[in-house]
Amino acid sequence: MTDRTANPDHAEPRPDEPPVLALRGVRQVFDTPRGDVPAVAGVDLEVRRGQVLCLVGESGCGKTTTARMAAALAGPTSGSVLFRGRDVAEMDRKERAAFRHSVQYIHQDPYASLNPVRTVLSTVSAGLRRHGAVRGRREARRAVTELLERVDLTPAEDYLDKYPHQMSGGQRQRVAVARALAMNPEVIIADESTSMLDVSIRVSLLNTLGRLRDELGVGFLFITHDLAVAKYFAWRGEIAVMYLGRVVEHGPTPQVVNDPQHPYTRALVSAVCEPDPDLAGTRERVRLRSDDIPDLTALPPGCDFHPRCPSYVQGSCDTERPPLVRSHDRLLACHVLTRG
Amino acid sequence: MSPVNDLPAAPDAPDGALLSVRGVDVGYRTGRRSRVTAVHDVSFDLYPGQSMALVGESGCGKTTLGLALLRLLPRTGVVSGGEILFRRKDGTRVDVRTLEKERLRRFRWNEAAMVFQGAMNAFNPVLRIEDHFLDTFRAHERVGGRRPRGEILERSARLLETVRLDPARVLGSFPHELSGGMRQRSLIALALALEPQLLILDEPTTALDILTQRSIVERLTELREELGFAMVFITHDLGLAAELADRVGTMYAGRLIETGTTRDIFHRPRHPYTSALINSVPPVAGDLHVPESLPGGPPGLNALPPGCSFAPRCAHAADACTVTRPELEVLEPRDAGLSHAAACLRSTDTELHAEGVFRD
Repeated sequence: MTDRTANPDHAEPRPDEPPVLALRGVRQVFDTPRGDVPAVAGVDLEVRRGQVLCLVGESGCGKTTTARMAAALAGPTSGSVLFRGRDVAEMDRKERAAFRHSVQYIHQDPYASLNPVRTVLSTVSAGLRRHGAVRGRREARRAVTELLERVDLTPAEDYLDKYPHQMSGGQRQRVAVARALAMNPEVIIADESTSMLDVSIRVSLLNTLGRLRDELGVGFLFITHDLAVAKYFAWRGEIAVMYLGRVVEHGPTPQVVNDPQHPYTRALVSAVCEPDPDLAGTRERVRLRSDDIPDLTALPPGCDFHPRCPSYVQGSCDTERPPLVRSHDRLLACHVLTRG
Repeated sequence: MSPVNDLPAAPDAPDGALLSVRGVDVGYRTGRRSRVTAVHDVSFDLYPGQSMALVGESGCGKTTLGLALLRLLPRTGVVSGGEILFRRKDGTRVDVRTLEKERLRRFRWNEAAMVFQGAMNAFNPVLRIEDHFLDTFRAHERVGGRRPRGEILERSARLLETVRLDPARVLGSFPHELSGGMRQRSLIALALALEPQLLILDEPTTALDILTQRSIVERLTELREELGFAMVFITHDLGLAAELADRVGTMYAGRLIETGTTRDIFHRPRHPYTSALINSVPPVAGDLHVPESLPGGPPGLNALPPGCSFAPRCAHAADACTVTRPELEVLEPRDAGLSHAAACLRSTDTELHAEGVFRD
């Protein structure tokens, strides 16, 4: 394993530093018997070292498809994924192996993502062995012990020889994080990695991930539908809100969460059930014109959100799709906000 | 009517209570001679129209308790002690534990209905929504009182309208043709078909998107105002509890460890577990609030520590906590089951208040 602590101010990103991972106009269209489903319809995103980019949105909005393209688990129909400025699709075998090393994926379900017949030692060391980073059993044990300690599975000795069924959901998810860390990644793509965990365990896992971000400078593409989690984990980073395959609002987390602009983001933020009975009764709710999400195969003309949008203006919203444009401190895709 | 099932108001069941749970234990058989107790000595009174949330981490026994209230436990589960007294629509009181088969069948849905977790699996995938309604109405008809199909469908359509669904679209559909939110709303409409006095909901909004959750919460609030049924809902989402409940019960390792009004629990928790649980979920509004983590996990049910089950994880445990198991003690007595009670040896400890463990 390479030395991670060589550069202590590692975590401080320079503003001119190019993004580690960039998506440029990526689209993913699934060909189904019902017709073409544009799951992701042109998304531009960047993940920088030590920074968090959080994708939020409802199910079916294309968050996971975007993440899969970012990890090169699926090729985009058009557009490109750039790793350190190099298009992933054009990489040769050696470059691709380096990419696989540096971009790691943590899945949602720790019950399904670990092989039930492998011990923790075997799961976490698999990548290290495959890439020749460790030789022999003793070296593997030592490397895995170090990794388990980093994700707070201590004493690591107790966990090395356990099987997934002997551990709780939170412990399994930590093993999945340790496995991702074994490859010394520059970017971790976490797809709803905390949503299956109890609230009490969620916070400590988020804190573990936060340490990786701050101490090792790992960049995160963090996907969640939970705005409280997004706010906490990406407070110093950015949030991109997706709706039907497109980003509708993208900006620094505190601004997006505390002062949402796009009617969809406003609806999401106002719909959250707050853990405070007084707050719950007094908050203003954004009323949508319809509860139902349009079908991806039959998108409405104009803005995708207009059939549900409370600020809908006839004549512009239903004829032309609003582009994602800069508006003060963030990017917005809304005719009403960006024109008026 | 057999006298066993129709006790006159039992001495310790308060008159107005709809449901009086008295010292209920629930166990699961885990082997030929082994069993674990998943719910220990739970007691509470639920009054008509109240909405009570049961909260806690997974494995704390909240779903088991919810299922036990209607005797819907899997075959290995059994209510091994206590009483579940229910006041029926006709005013008579029954112990759900002793109801024999046919009476139990009639009791369910007519008096108390269940909305299961995961609307995905609660419907039969090969039956249309209208068939589910027909089945339900037919199964609970009086002998000889067979109603015509059209009349039942008309009633079903009205029910679906109460949850803001379009009956023309929904009735003829198969479950897979509906979205998660529509399925969940259909399920609530179906549960309300026979106008039960009590609705038990297991994780009613888990796995639904935020906006869909919001619409379910609003429908439930409206329906409860309109129809006046009582609710017990099981959730790990504290936000949902804050919003939908009048009162909250916290469960830990199979026991009810704190109960009180929603304000008691969220603003003045008196059990360190409840307050840790609340502090671990940050509100979305306002500045960054750093949530507290609650390390460790709940103890195994077959290896409960002596004394307070929470003591090994509790940052404020004193020596006595590992020896004496605290009982649920009333801190602020109130009527209608709304007393604030906590099972913590230090619940009135001024030192903990000073440390800010308990907010005032």
